[in-house]
Amino acid sequence: MNTQELTQLASQVRRDIVRMVSGASSGHPGGSLGCADFLTLLYFDTMKHNPESFTMDGLNEDVFFLSNGHISPVWYSVLARVGYFPINELGQFRKLSSRLQGHPSTDKKLPGIRMASGSLGQGLSCALGTAETKKLNGDDSLVYTLHGDGELQEGQIWEAAIYAAAKKVDNVIATIDYNGRQIDGDVEDVISLGNLSQKWQAFGWEVLEMDGHNMEEMKEVIAKAKSLTGNGKPIVIIMKTEMGQGVDYMMGTHKWHGNAPNAEQLSSALDQLTETLGDY
Amino acid sequence: MIKTIEFEVLGNKDTRSGFGEGLLEIAKQNENVVGLCADLTGSLKMNAFEDEFPERFFQVGIAEANMMGMAAGMTIGGKIPFTGTFANFSTGRVYDQIRQSIAYSNKNVKICASHAGLTLGEDGATHQILEDIGMMKMLPNMTVIVPCDFNQTKQATMAIASHDGPVYLRFGRPKVPNFIKPDADFQIGKADVLIEGTDVTIIACGYLVWRAIEAAKELADKGISAEVINMHTIKPLDTRAILESVQKTKCVVTAEEHMINGGLGDSVSQVLSQNTPTPQEYVGMDDSFGESGKAEELMAKHGMDTPHIMAAAEKVIKRK
Repeated sequence: MNTQELTQLASQVRRDIVRMVSGASSGHPGGSLGCADFLTLLYFDTMKHNPESFTMDGLNEDVFFLSNGHISPVWYSVLARVGYFPINELGQFRKLSSRLQGHPSTDKKLPGIRMASGSLGQGLSCALGTAETKKLNGDDSLVYTLHGDGELQEGQIWEAAIYAAAKKVDNVIATIDYNGRQIDGDVEDVISLGNLSQKWQAFGWEVLEMDGHNMEEMKEVIAKAKSLTGNGKPIVIIMKTEMGQGVDYMMGTHKWHGNAPNAEQLSSALDQLTETLGDY
Repeated sequence: MIKTIEFEVLGNKDTRSGFGEGLLEIAKQNENVVGLCADLTGSLKMNAFEDEFPERFFQVGIAEANMMGMAAGMTIGGKIPFTGTFANFSTGRVYDQIRQSIAYSNKNVKICASHAGLTLGEDGATHQILEDIGMMKMLPNMTVIVPCDFNQTKQATMAIASHDGPVYLRFGRPKVPNFIKPDADFQIGKADVLIEGTDVTIIACGYLVWRAIEAAKELADKGISAEVINMHTIKPLDTRAILESVQKTKCVVTAEEHMINGGLGDSVSQVLSQNTPTPQEYVGMDDSFGESGKAEELMAKHGMDTPHIMAAAEKVIKRK
C-alpha cells in the first residue's frame, strides 16, 4: 500500500480514536494517537495475516501483541478497519457487555486479539512464547509487539529481554513507543530510562530506530528489521512518536494519556483530522 | 463393627517424582507437550523430560514472570506448556502474570508446583507457601489439583494434558506412602472415597490424605467409623461426594497443608452452608508463617498430623 493511502487510513483511525474515547467518556487517546501511523502500517502493509478468518493459533500468520494494552482504541480501530470485525462495533468501546473492553481481552472473543493486556510488562514474554512455538511448528512467520516506553520500567520486560538474546529468539520484532511521556509526567522526570538504545544493545538485541510518524521511513526500517530476522538476534525498534499526534491540544503534554475530550474538545479534534473512509 | 482398613503401600516416594514421570510419559504420547523450568529442573524432576525432548524443554532461568508469560504465549500455535518451579514461585511471585496472561486469557497452561507447604522443611517460611490453593482457586477458569501420592501425581500430570484450560497442579518435596493403584483412573473433579464410614467424614488433600487414613485406622480402634475422602481436585469441587457423605455422617473434618483461610476447608464450608449446614473442624495452618525444621516435626508442631486429625474428628462428632 502506498504512503498516501496509509496516511489517509491513519487519519480515519485517529478520528475513530477520539470519537471512541469521547463516546465512552474514558480511555487513553494520547498514546493511541501516537501509534496510529505505526499500527496502520503494520496491519495494512507489513503483516501477513487473515482478518476474515481469525484463529487463535495464527498458524503461518504474523502475530501481534499489544503489551501496552491501554492504547486499545488504536488497536480496535485498526482491527475493525482492516476487517476483523464490523466498524460499527467501535461505538461499543468500554460499554457494558461490549467485546471492546477497556483493555484488550480474549474472553469476549473479539477477533484479532490473542492475549489480554493492560497490566504492563507482560507482552514481550507472551510474544517470546509464541515465537518459540512458531519455531517448533516450523512456521517462519513473525511475531510483532508494541510496548510503551514507561512500560519498560517493569522488570519482566528485562527478564524477557535476557531470555530472547540468550536463546536467540530471532523471529520477534519488538517496538517501543518512545514518546517520552507517562501518567505522572515526562519519563525523564518520573524515572529516566537512561540510554535506551544502549540498554537494548547491552542486552544483546539488534536495535533500530525510526520516526513513528514518517510512513516512508517506517516502511524502510521495518523492511530492514524483517531482513535481520533469522540471524540469531532478537530485534527492537525504538520508535520516536508524539503523544497525541494529530490533535494540537493533546500534543506536547502527558495530560492526554488517559483523559477523554469533552464535546467541544472532540469537535476541535475532528476539525483537525480528515474523514477519509467515513466515520463508524 | 468397623471394617479393617488396609491399603497396599508400594513404598515411600515423592510426589514431585510422580510429576517427572508423568510429564515424560505424556510427552511421549502428545508431541504438543512442552516444558518450561525456572532453574529448578532437578528439584522438579524434569531432567528425564529434558534429556528425552531437549527441543521441547525451555530453560528460562530465574525469571518466573517471564516463564508464565512465555507459557501463555506458547499456547498460541497449539502447544501445551507445563511450567515447573516451587509452589511459592509458581503462584505468589507471579500472580498477576497468571491472572492476566493465563487465567483471564484462558490459556492452556499447566502450572506445576513442587515443594508446596510446610513439608518443604528446612528452607523455612520464605519458601513454604501456604496460601497458593486459595490464590489459585479464586481465579476464574483455573482448575486446582492437589494429588496425594506418587502414583496420583503421575496420573494427574497426564490427565491435565487433555484438559483444555489453565490448571494449577500442586505437589511436594517429601517421600510419602505410595498407595493409589498404578492403574487408577484419575478424573479431574471426581473425589476418591478411600474409606467408607458413618460417624465422621474426613476430607483431605495432598500430604494429609495418608494422615487421614492413619487417623481413620486409629479412630476405628476407638470404635469410631470415619469416612475418608481424597479431595484431589479443589476446583471444580466434587460437591456431590461431600453432600452424599455428610448425609451419612453429619459432621466433617477437613485436612490440608495450607492456610485454613482460603483453602480446601473453606471450599467445603461453602458447599455445606449453602446446602446442609454441618459441623466442621479444620485441620490446617492457623494464620501464621512456617519455619525451619523437618517436615514431620513441622506438621506436628503446627497442628497438621494424624493426632490433630483424630482430635478434630472426636471434637466434631461431639458437636453433632
